[in-house]
Amino acid sequence: MIWHTLKLSLLVGAIATILIGFIGTAFGYLLARRNFRGKDVLDAVLTLPMILPPTVTGYYLILILGRRGLLGSPLYELTGWTVTFTWVAAVIAATVIALPLMIKSARAAVESVDTEYEIASRIMGKSEGETFFRITLPLAGRGLLAGIVLSFARAFGEFGATLMLAGNIPGRTQTMPLAIYEAVASGEDERAMWLALILTSISITVVYLTNRLSRPRKSA
Amino acid sequence: MIVVSLSATGLRAQKKAEILVSAAISLKDAFGEISSVYEKQTGIRVHLNLAASGLLQKQIEAGAPVDVFASAGLKQMDALQAGGFIIPGTRRNFAGNQLVLILPAKSSYAVVTFEGLRDPNLSRLAIGNPKTVPAGQYAKQVLKKLKIWELLEPKLVLAENVRQVLEYVVRWEVDAGIVYASDVPASRGRVSISDIAPEDSHDPILYPVAVVKETESPAEAESFIDLLLDDPGQTILRKYGFLPTR
Repeated sequence: MIWHTLKLSLLVGAIATILIGFIGTAFGYLLARRNFRGKDVLDAVLTLPMILPPTVTGYYLILILGRRGLLGSPLYELTGWTVTFTWVAAVIAATVIALPLMIKSARAAVESVDTEYEIASRIMGKSEGETFFRITLPLAGRGLLAGIVLSFARAFGEFGATLMLAGNIPGRTQTMPLAIYEAVASGEDERAMWLALILTSISITVVYLTNRLSRPRKSA
Repeated sequence: MIVVSLSATGLRAQKKAEILVSAAISLKDAFGEISSVYEKQTGIRVHLNLAASGLLQKQIEAGAPVDVFASAGLKQMDALQAGGFIIPGTRRNFAGNQLVLILPAKSSYAVVTFEGLRDPNLSRLAIGNPKTVPAGQYAKQVLKKLKIWELLEPKLVLAENVRQVLEYVVRWEVDAGIVYASDVPASRGRVSISDIAPEDSHDPILYPVAVVKETESPAEAESFIDLLLDDPGQTILRKYGFLPTR
């Protein structure tokens, strides 16, 4: 059962991280390089999941995505399927909770790129897209990678929103943090300790890597 | 979106011989055992969704695909019934519980009874927060009834769930604690029961169960409740410290 739980956690963390990598970089770039009406409001809304207690974020998610929810109810009418209590729900919860970390990192990483390179590229006739992929992305790479690793660590340890949206169903939606919660609640101290040790060592490894990656290169 | 639609058709195609039971996490061990009995008898797979009763209630209100809801408090079930989320005719109380005074297993300081909590030497007593934890509400009722609530208030350590009370007592952070009888087995012998609160000193502690209105397997859900109320279910519940309802 521990293996299944660990496998599910890694799978959920990995898929969430991929989604976060794309969505977070896009929003980070948008916030760093564009000016538009409501930018500050968008920034605030995107930061919310980082500030709200995860259970509250989870509650919002279930109000939106549940079978009776804003998006959940048309989806259910259409397909007879609801996201609640599936592993997809765990991915969504982890993605939403960890996304702000990536957006913040991506924004900072893009802002650290000197705009003169981008301007030069545009003057030479390259499109914005090409400039982004050829100039901005490689120069912001280190910061983006650090953001991705950090997001994985957060997604991997997600508990509150996951419990709300995905439920705590062993073998189906029970990730490591949920298994620890359940073991503690039922007095299985030894199991709780092992699970916690595994979760902690994976997280520490990941955070250690983040630190290594985000350290500025020593100039020779 | 591809992932979503794929699993959507996948789920639709398969005829499900399974039910989902949302149960208060304090019922974990008992329900785990009862589920295995049910699976053996019927061949129907039981998935347990375990969390705090209030959270389970919110999930059902948001349309989570639950078949059976077993609550550790009447309040949550009442709210769901008022909102029309359960089938009222299927609602039953399947277990009761007792409130007990517990001490660390090898405590040198022995509070023997609830009355004994008057002792000025008692330094700290752990109970659940009466505002949020049902066991804490009952504990407050008992202490009020004995007219020692005011006396003990400055010595109280309020925990956010019963499990935390147990943990404080196990670790000797407090002299004594008040929990449900069914919580004691989880301490694996590291606390001892020194007194049981008289039944008339608090509201009855009851565990309600009901079939959720939007279930797609009402017959299976009802047969699970039948098993819970019948002999194998009641015997297993008693084993884990719950009181039978009949």
